Amino acid sequence: MLERVSGALALVGGRTITALQGMGQAWALLMASAASLRNADVWLPHLLPQMARIGVASVPIALFIATFTGIVMSLQASYTLTGTIPVYFVGTLVGKTMILELGPVLTALTLAGRVGANISAELGTMRVTEQVDALETLAYDPLAYLVVPRVLAAILMFPIVVLLAIALGIGSGWITALQLLDMSSPEFVKGLRLFFLPWDVWFAVIKSVSFGAVVTGVGCYFGLRTERGAEGVGRSATRTVVVASMLILCLDAFWAATLL
Amino acid sequence: MSIQLVDVEKAFGPKEVLRGFTMRVEDGETAAIVGPSGSGKSVLLKHVVGLLRPDAGSVVVDGTSVPELNRHGLAQLRQRIGYVFQFAALFDSMTIAENVGMGLRRMPGWDRLRIAKRVEECLALVELAGMGDRYPAQLSGGQRKRAGLARAIAPSPKYLLYDEPTTGLDPVTTSVIDRLILRMRDELGVTGLVVTHDMTSAFRVADRITLLHGGRARFTGTPSEVRAASDPVLRGFVEGDPDLYYGVGWQNEGINVGGHDHGA
Repeated sequence: MLERVSGALALVGGRTITALQGMGQAWALLMASAASLRNADVWLPHLLPQMARIGVASVPIALFIATFTGIVMSLQASYTLTGTIPVYFVGTLVGKTMILELGPVLTALTLAGRVGANISAELGTMRVTEQVDALETLAYDPLAYLVVPRVLAAILMFPIVVLLAIALGIGSGWITALQLLDMSSPEFVKGLRLFFLPWDVWFAVIKSVSFGAVVTGVGCYFGLRTERGAEGVGRSATRTVVVASMLILCLDAFWAATLL
Repeated sequence: MSIQLVDVEKAFGPKEVLRGFTMRVEDGETAAIVGPSGSGKSVLLKHVVGLLRPDAGSVVVDGTSVPELNRHGLAQLRQRIGYVFQFAALFDSMTIAENVGMGLRRMPGWDRLRIAKRVEECLALVELAGMGDRYPAQLSGGQRKRAGLARAIAPSPKYLLYDEPTTGLDPVTTSVIDRLILRMRDELGVTGLVVTHDMTSAFRVADRITLLHGGRARFTGTPSEVRAASDPVLRGFVEGDPDLYYGVGWQNEGINVGGHDHGA
């Protein structure tokens, strides 16, 4: 019995130490990457291509998800509100939910898979095939070359992708209200404007910036720590999606508690 | 002396890879470190270029203590060192020409035209002229190694480090690579450090050969001294005789191949 308890305690202790070590290493990577910002001659040429890869290429999947989210939100709002609350509140519900929560969070979770896993696999492959070492031997700062442009590109592009997703989500909800719920445009817009605050949009932008930094930062962290060939690359990509998704939800709660 | 390693120790967790390794490489010579796979040869090479820091001991290149350098100092030192990776480590998203030009882009005063000219020169030197627009995946193993060599020599380094340059190559391509290593020394005056387990190649390219065994330099000598040596471990390695290398009865003693130390 005593052996089992001590074994369990050792396991918990070991995992705690590993987690704390990981947090320390992530912090060290963050600080070193911040220091690498001064090597602008290395990261600047890669910023635009990364903005295209991380941002522009993510627009279709983000819009696809936003479209159907808007449709479902509109239908569910109508189902919930009919007979109890004026129907124009469908516009309120769709607008508020898309701007404050579903637009930023669903887009970020989707991009954790698309962008985070992609970065992790790419950098992981470069690590296990010694391409990262090769960069260093050629006098490049690997953080300035690999990490900084990706994180900056995500910080700049995530808000744009999220705002597009929000706009399309509201648009699809609007069309659904007109076509399937027999609402008029003035009714939907009335609801949409009812509790709208410009701050809501800034709130979405702040969340998107933090989600972009988390998704790419976690992808770079696990990618650069990849070991043991193809299996390690797969493991890093999986960890990236899991950890980034968890951090997105934690940050989501944090921003709601601190900014609303 | 240009490269000096003194009492270098390095462990990864409980595994002690280097246990007081000492060697020198003089200016203008090509030295080889030989030893079985997993003996720590590549680890040694990574210490020279500052990719790894020793747990103890000193690594001095060109009069500079490598472990004491900061990132800026390391970047400056690395502009004087070319590193040829075991599997070439070419950037697979770039063409061969872009790969070869990578190091040059970091050097002040090098515009696009000058880089393109130098890239062509280096590709011609390794007999890959006209292949600059191909991608690494389109090259054979030998061609990739030569492309890796071209990338390493492009910034005209003072030192060249070769990590298993002939591993996995056919005998003819091995000879081609060996000749290139000799040309680097004879025509460009480069100081070379080769790690390999290919003794034929080591005898061909090295002025001096060091056997890495049990984390230490077991024997250092010229190729003729290595051939004449009576040390059983060295003879066992050169002749590929496990009974000599590990000692008779090594199979029954459960000796871990590559990790057993018979003492210096």
